[in-house]
Amino acid sequence: MLEQMDLTMVNWARAQFALTAMYHWLFVPLTLGLSFLLAFYETLYVKTGNEEWKRITKFWMGLFAINFAIGVATGIILEFEFGTNWSNYSWMVGDIFGAPLAIEGIFAFFLEATFFAVMFFGWDRVSKKFHLFSTWMVAVGSNLSALWILVANGWMQHPVGMRFNPDAARFEMQDIGAVIFSPVAVSKFAHATSSGFLLASLFVITISSWYLLKGRHQEMAKKSILVAAVFGLFSSAFVGFTGDEAAYTNAQLQPMKLAAFEGLYDGAAPAGLVAMGVMNHSKQPGDGQDPFLFEVKVPGLLSLLANRTPGSFVPGINDLIYGNESHGVMGVQEKMARGKIAVAQLANYKAAKKAGDPVGAQAALTAFNANQDYLGFGYLNRPEEAAPPVPLVFYSFHIMVAVGTLLPLICLLFLYFTYKDTIDRQKWLLGLGLTSVFLAHLAEQAGWVVAEVGRQPWAIQNLLPVTVARSNLTTATVQTTFFMFLVLFTTLLIAEIGIMVKQINHGPEEN
Amino acid sequence: MFGSLDLSQLQELWWGIISLLGGLFLFLTFVQGGQTLLMFGPVAENENERILVINSLGRKWELTFTTLVLLGGALFAAFPKFYATSFGGAYWVWVAILFTFILQAVSYEFRRKPGNLLGTRVYDFFLFINGSLGLLLIGAAIGTFFTGANFSLNAYNQVTWHHPLRGLEAAFDPFNVAMGLMLVFLARILGAMYLSNNIKVHNIHANCCMAAYKNMLLMMPCVFYIMYQLVTMQGFALSPETGLIWQQNYKYVYNLNHPMSTTIMFTGGFLLILWAVLIARYYGSRNSIWYAGIGTVMMGFHLFFIAGTNNTSFYPSKINMQDSLTIYNASSSHYTLTAMSYVALAVPLVLAYIIYVWRAMDAVQLSEDDLKDADLKKFY
Repeated sequence: MLEQMDLTMVNWARAQFALTAMYHWLFVPLTLGLSFLLAFYETLYVKTGNEEWKRITKFWMGLFAINFAIGVATGIILEFEFGTNWSNYSWMVGDIFGAPLAIEGIFAFFLEATFFAVMFFGWDRVSKKFHLFSTWMVAVGSNLSALWILVANGWMQHPVGMRFNPDAARFEMQDIGAVIFSPVAVSKFAHATSSGFLLASLFVITISSWYLLKGRHQEMAKKSILVAAVFGLFSSAFVGFTGDEAAYTNAQLQPMKLAAFEGLYDGAAPAGLVAMGVMNHSKQPGDGQDPFLFEVKVPGLLSLLANRTPGSFVPGINDLIYGNESHGVMGVQEKMARGKIAVAQLANYKAAKKAGDPVGAQAALTAFNANQDYLGFGYLNRPEEAAPPVPLVFYSFHIMVAVGTLLPLICLLFLYFTYKDTIDRQKWLLGLGLTSVFLAHLAEQAGWVVAEVGRQPWAIQNLLPVTVARSNLTTATVQTTFFMFLVLFTTLLIAEIGIMVKQINHGPEEN
Repeated sequence: MFGSLDLSQLQELWWGIISLLGGLFLFLTFVQGGQTLLMFGPVAENENERILVINSLGRKWELTFTTLVLLGGALFAAFPKFYATSFGGAYWVWVAILFTFILQAVSYEFRRKPGNLLGTRVYDFFLFINGSLGLLLIGAAIGTFFTGANFSLNAYNQVTWHHPLRGLEAAFDPFNVAMGLMLVFLARILGAMYLSNNIKVHNIHANCCMAAYKNMLLMMPCVFYIMYQLVTMQGFALSPETGLIWQQNYKYVYNLNHPMSTTIMFTGGFLLILWAVLIARYYGSRNSIWYAGIGTVMMGFHLFFIAGTNNTSFYPSKINMQDSLTIYNASSSHYTLTAMSYVALAVPLVLAYIIYVWRAMDAVQLSEDDLKDADLKKFY
């Protein structure tokens, strides 16, 4: 297998997947949160009978529909790109990974698709209560969709509930419960959806702020803000809690990712948390250079956050690559040696089976089984390949946290001044509100970089590197499709923004 | 319940589920057919009629789209080797198909909105491309279930494609082209019937009845050619004793007759579509979509079914016959198929709420009154 690897092609395939995922993640968080906000607004309409809530619901529903369409468009590509660009991956883990995608289709997509039509076109065709039920079903369906894709993603980060079948040369599911209730899947789902709720709340706040600054649709804007700020505030508390949980599971299950987003090269006990810093870009693992040109560190805090034990040891990148015997950390070099045995014995096993040599096959299988946990490491060429691009992950993480800390404050201030009914006089806050959705998008995108770039070089953590997971395509082929999708998605994004701007400028329907 | 079935029974069950999803998808391509009728029908004679047609289709497009996504997900879960081999190998044909579906997904929502960058006509053209080229290529891809594809697999089941067009070459095989054209004309028949059922405008109804009839005339030669080829071509058969693939004369004649009900249901499906077209053309029936729909599901189900059952390779390799995929060597494990079978028990519930909502939404046909009463902005 190794001789077929084309690293240039792999990088273009990664770029194409990242492009699609990042475009997709521009629209999906908004769908996740806005669908619930629509349900809240419409519930208020049905409860109170106040037509203003209906007008508010219909206005945000219009924007939701535009966003939803482009989210669907980018989503279909993601599903099929697993096959087109990562066909070895599709075969090697399809037995496990395909299930959540199929379940997503059955339980989530049809719920969304069916009730979306009622929500959008059914105002005069079904009863008020059935319409409200449909709006709630769209919200539930959207978030169920997130659940299943994040179960799949969580499994990639922390593969559980499976075994390797050497005859088929693939991983097979043994326990679907372990896959669904994996701690990584649970924390990813909770963190991603709650951050989507926060983003949607800020989307509403941004547009409402603009109306208030312009002195237009003020009643609608204030009512919209009131619900969105409460939802955003609750969501942000959940984002913080689940973010802490995600970091903890990272520390336990993906320590290299944690070390990368903290820029921690040399493990320490106690380990300090870098609150901010400028990285030394010439720094390489094991070279003895200081990783930071400048840093502000909180002593001991990383030990507490990573292990929930003050003063505990947190391994750094150097410990994970080169090993740290005193703390029982096995280095990548040793894992590679064991992984190469696994790869060689798998080949021996298949050759012996083909030659009709059961004794040889059994011996090879025994040797393979003893080393199979390190299979993925057998495909690495150098121990340093096991580390992700540290500066990118470090900055993304710190941007996410810094911006993410500011966002609840914005929600709180909007809630306070709206409650006091003085929000339209707080020009400085409305100005900040204008920027809030862009800040939230920045945090969302940075979060995905942390999650996905942080686990490189693995497609499946420790078991399958991206170089093996890829399809057998030429670099030119993937380059071509990369630019095709870039042009298409960018065009559609410009069109979407253009439509949104026109609709926002037009405002809600008049009474 | 499912856990007690042996692996081959689960594999056959899942090929049946895939076949059913395939048949349902073909029925739901009435959306794509309607999209092409909008440009080359013509079923709508003025702007108001066009708006009604696009709004009628716009309330259903997501069902078709979602069924396609589910079909992909089900293939991934149940037959991952096919997913890996076909998508990773026949790269360009799948990218082209997906491209047309991206265009469809935004076109309904964007086409008439101010500030949409490209203008209404461009989005309408996108819908036409999805309904014509998209379906033509899907048909060509389905055709390769019978004619084979240019791939080989290594010992680790990694695919190598042996043609520079990477799957697009399938669109130059006469059988595959006929399959693609059949899908396009069938979708147009179904689209015309759906619109005549869903819109209460005399012109649209009359035009749709005629469009269904004309497209039936165009589809018939494709159906007859495909049938002639199917009953005369060699099929890629699996020897259960040796596990080897070999070319068997009249393989699909055998498959059509094992069980005998296959021929009856396949032919019955075709006759139901024909009946639906005739009652629309000569009696102006607005309910012909239901006959044609059931007929399409029957035909589609059995077309997929004969491709994979009775020890037949459903994705033959033209490069190395022994690399051909069968439902037995391409499937997921016993555990996964069992788990997914329990999940599939939810499908009747899903179908039930889709039918309920469809009936609730379509209880009253769309008419020109909708244009007068409602705010035009909410229309596509």
